[in-house]
Amino acid sequence: MAEKKIRVLVAKVGLDGHDRGAKVVARFLRDAGFEVIYTGLHRTPEEVARAAVDEDVDVVGISLLSGAHMTLVPKVIKYIREFGGNPDEMLILVGGIIPTDEIPELKRMGVDEVFIPGTPIQKIVDYIKENVPKKKKKVRE
Amino acid sequence: MKDYNEEEVEELVKGILGGNRRALARAITYVENDYPEGKEILRRIHKNTGKAHIVGLTGFPGVGKSTIVSKLTQEFRKRGKTVGIVAVDPGSPFTGGALLGDRLRMDGFDVSRNLWIDPGVFFRSMSSRGRAGGLAAKTGDVVRLMDAYGFDIVFVETVGAGQSEVDIVEVADTSIVILMPEIGDDIQMNKAGILEIGDIYVVNKADLEGADKTVEWLKSMLKMGEELAKATELTHAAGGKMASGKVFSYETETGWKPPIIKTIADRGKGIKELADAIEKHYKYLKETCLLKERREMRVKRELFELVAEEIKKIIKARMDYGDIVQRVLNNEIDLHTAAEEIVKRLVGA
Repeated sequence: MAEKKIRVLVAKVGLDGHDRGAKVVARFLRDAGFEVIYTGLHRTPEEVARAAVDEDVDVVGISLLSGAHMTLVPKVIKYIREFGGNPDEMLILVGGIIPTDEIPELKRMGVDEVFIPGTPIQKIVDYIKENVPKKKKKVRE
Repeated sequence: MKDYNEEEVEELVKGILGGNRRALARAITYVENDYPEGKEILRRIHKNTGKAHIVGLTGFPGVGKSTIVSKLTQEFRKRGKTVGIVAVDPGSPFTGGALLGDRLRMDGFDVSRNLWIDPGVFFRSMSSRGRAGGLAAKTGDVVRLMDAYGFDIVFVETVGAGQSEVDIVEVADTSIVILMPEIGDDIQMNKAGILEIGDIYVVNKADLEGADKTVEWLKSMLKMGEELAKATELTHAAGGKMASGKVFSYETETGWKPPIIKTIADRGKGIKELADAIEKHYKYLKETCLLKERREMRVKRELFELVAEEIKKIIKARMDYGDIVQRVLNNEIDLHTAAEEIVKRLVGA
């Protein structure tokens, strides 16, 4: 049996045209051996959710620099469920300009971890490697 | 004892045949990663395959394959067809990682039909996982899942291909080769490989300078193939001994003349014509029984590949051939003789 590859969706949601960070993260995750699907700019929460379900990803990474995270992130999670996916089986990660006092609220909404500017990228890789197997029933021993 | 989870397999098979997208998505994951569940699902859905028109698109990196797939999807949705898409991008042979960037070309900004959330469209990105040839090892199986799910058309987009990535013909009923201006002269056009396999040729970015020249070179390349094939047939008919030198050419073999279509994909120009050509080719395949022939040829090839894989596994796992290896190392026998000995031992066993 082949080793299950970790699939990661790197998504830009909403009216936020800054994707340098998302692209750097996507590239680094690629070099870490993950299969990374990049959505491109200006996706709606519905589109991101549909991609997460159809691509059957293990990790959904949402990049936001616009300040709309408290509105858009829960919508992505809601739509994943609506499209028949199970967000509890996926690692939901948020990156970008997120005020630290809003992080606990995001986590209550179903986000697993938030990575703010200055995070060493290796930390994201380690987090994914450590936590994907815990999340998923489908990842075999 | 079963090595798969019966309950899950049953649920996924039911889901795929009943139009549940998530079941399809999960089944693809199992197939792609070679889980026993994947094999069992393929076994059970097989009788539901063979209905979709499988259309392959190949061409150099950056010629516009993904953009054309997006525009064609729009066009076929307008024509009432449902569309599945398998887009393959290269996976690193070094790290195993991949950046799958075909999906982002999908049209999400056409308010009348947003392909990202259109229930009649299913897009799946696949890594080639270091395999050469332009496709992933499991692409054929993923296409079969989409076929069983019930899509009318399944597009298969290859890795940005070089000159010899021709695996697409092993999967597709209709192969489309996409070029663009300034990618080479008439010598490039006459090199073997990818330019031999087109049922339809597209010159994209036709607003760039040199598009007409590219079309002309393509035309003369195809015409030359046709004439050479004819000449061969004549010699053959006159009793000449050219049988083994038969020139490969779909034109004379099948009567199909591959059209050359100019497109400017990002502006939607030429897409209707391309969609018409795809439909025409499918009709032609069915009318001439060529569809059956091609599919038969593909089944044979794929089957032999699988059998060869199995035999390799058997030899590695169950046969003792250490002595033969030693004899090669001691210069007693050469590699070819050694291979023959292993096969003899296997057949005798």
